[in-house]
Amino acid sequence: MLKTSAATRVAALELALLAVFAVLPAGLQEFRVIFVTRVLILALLALSFDLVWGFAGIMSFGQALFFGAAGYTVALLARDAGITSVFVVLPAAVGVGLVLAFVVASFLLLGRNPPSLTFVALGTLTGSYAADRLARGWYYLGGQNGIPSIPPMTAGPWQITEGLTYYYLALALLVGVYLVCRFLVRSQLGLALAGVRINEARMAFFGYRVQSLKAIVFAVAGAIAGLAGGLYAFHEGFVWPNMLGVILSTQIVLYALFGGVGTLIGAVIGVVAIEIVSFVLSDAYPTIWPIMLGLLLLGVILFRPGGLISVLVPRRERIGLFGLARPGRSQARAEAIDGAA
Amino acid sequence: MALLETRGVTKAFGQLAALSEVDFVVEGGQLHGLIGPNGSGKSTLLKCIAGAELPTRGRIHLGGRDITEATPSERARAGLSLKFQVTSVFPELSVYHNVLLALQAHSPLAALTFSRTRDGLHRRVMEILAELRLRDRAAAAAGVLSHGEQQWLEIAMALASRPRLLLLDEPTGGMSLEERRATGQLLVALKRSCAIVVVEHDLDFIREICDVLTVLDQGRVLESGTVEQIQRSRKVQEVYLTRV
Repeated sequence: MLKTSAATRVAALELALLAVFAVLPAGLQEFRVIFVTRVLILALLALSFDLVWGFAGIMSFGQALFFGAAGYTVALLARDAGITSVFVVLPAAVGVGLVLAFVVASFLLLGRNPPSLTFVALGTLTGSYAADRLARGWYYLGGQNGIPSIPPMTAGPWQITEGLTYYYLALALLVGVYLVCRFLVRSQLGLALAGVRINEARMAFFGYRVQSLKAIVFAVAGAIAGLAGGLYAFHEGFVWPNMLGVILSTQIVLYALFGGVGTLIGAVIGVVAIEIVSFVLSDAYPTIWPIMLGLLLLGVILFRPGGLISVLVPRRERIGLFGLARPGRSQARAEAIDGAA
Repeated sequence: MALLETRGVTKAFGQLAALSEVDFVVEGGQLHGLIGPNGSGKSTLLKCIAGAELPTRGRIHLGGRDITEATPSERARAGLSLKFQVTSVFPELSVYHNVLLALQAHSPLAALTFSRTRDGLHRRVMEILAELRLRDRAAAAAGVLSHGEQQWLEIAMALASRPRLLLLDEPTGGMSLEERRATGQLLVALKRSCAIVVVEHDLDFIREICDVLTVLDQGRVLESGTVEQIQRSRKVQEVYLTRV
């Protein structure tokens, strides 16, 4: 059946990507391993955006806010309290992203009347911009320069420095978060999110607490962005205001649109593709590479509005598969549905 | 105590009063028809009851509870369900998923997250689909159904939550004669489990299935009573003879 073949293709793509990432460091020089680690961390960030926009229909132009806030938090923990334990800093990063996203959601999503798409997009954009300005102007946070020389993350007596160890830590966390997201969007909750995305008003007449549902998903996505921010801060060894700002927030949107929203794997592919193309182009064409990248992004969005994933899984095949509880889990139900098809 | 009671409900859009001081009562187990000429305020009254519009003045009670200010979600949780005049199925989802979506609306978040109610709800989904003659279309996308089938799917979704009060705005719009007859039989059977308010232009259909009729005209209640009483009413005859 059509649905099965689409699901199989996506599963094959997921496994192929995992296999590539698992063995990739063996064939790479260390500076390239560091580059790919950065890509894995940014993929986490793109996943957080895909969850809110691709599945819940919340246009967030402020995912960098949670990423940067978590990055600054762990940097301060390391600088001022000497706390670098992975078992403290990463949960702290997740917590900051979760709580901050829930606070933002309380303002933007939890009013009596459902907010418009534009209101939420501009609200999150404003939050991201304001945080960037705040960080630039606050001496305690290092102002324009940010917080440099963050000591390495530790696990007991061991240091987790950039390179192979950090690479596999980032990969493990990406796979873990991906599986959690996959589980969520294929559950009954995923079906409810699909309903919210398609017709929010109708869902309220069924009795769904639509705004609460959206706030929860937004907070979960904030937690994922926070995790990415904590990882990024220790990986780079410093944090700076751009981590909170509008440019990174927009970049995350582009990652997901380029790869294809509403599929999870599309967001990961978007990050990988854009970062690799940027890496290659900036090396080969140091002066004009941003123009070339811009044209490429424009081309994909104009001619492949479903993103790169649409080459493998056309939009019509995605309908009824992604973000939905699949009806065929139990044998009896599968027979009923297949018999009806 | 009446299941639904509106007292002095007024709805104004600027200077235009779509509803004026409407008192409307529905008893449990009643199939209540709401009729009137175009623009008489039938759909507006239904929207005020369902929470799609807030009345400018007046109060609405469901089962003794004041729901005038309640959100649509709160009203649905209080036992009210609505089928819109314009079909609003989820076209990209399968027919099965449309009904499951409505059915799982009252499941707690944890149950949704871990899909705990899916197996339990499956049987009910298939029962509803069979009742609405949609079992064979379970796997089809809702968007490809005929208009009549989409109307049935809407009714299936409205029924899914086992409401105390079902509001149906033009349930037979776009249906064939056979489909109308089947829909009428279904509604009559349904009133054993819930009260139903039907807004409909087809007076023959209304006459056949309803216990009580309320006639609206220019936003006011013109007459309310049994089908026989309404048929004998001179006021109603005048309105229908002169305006319909």
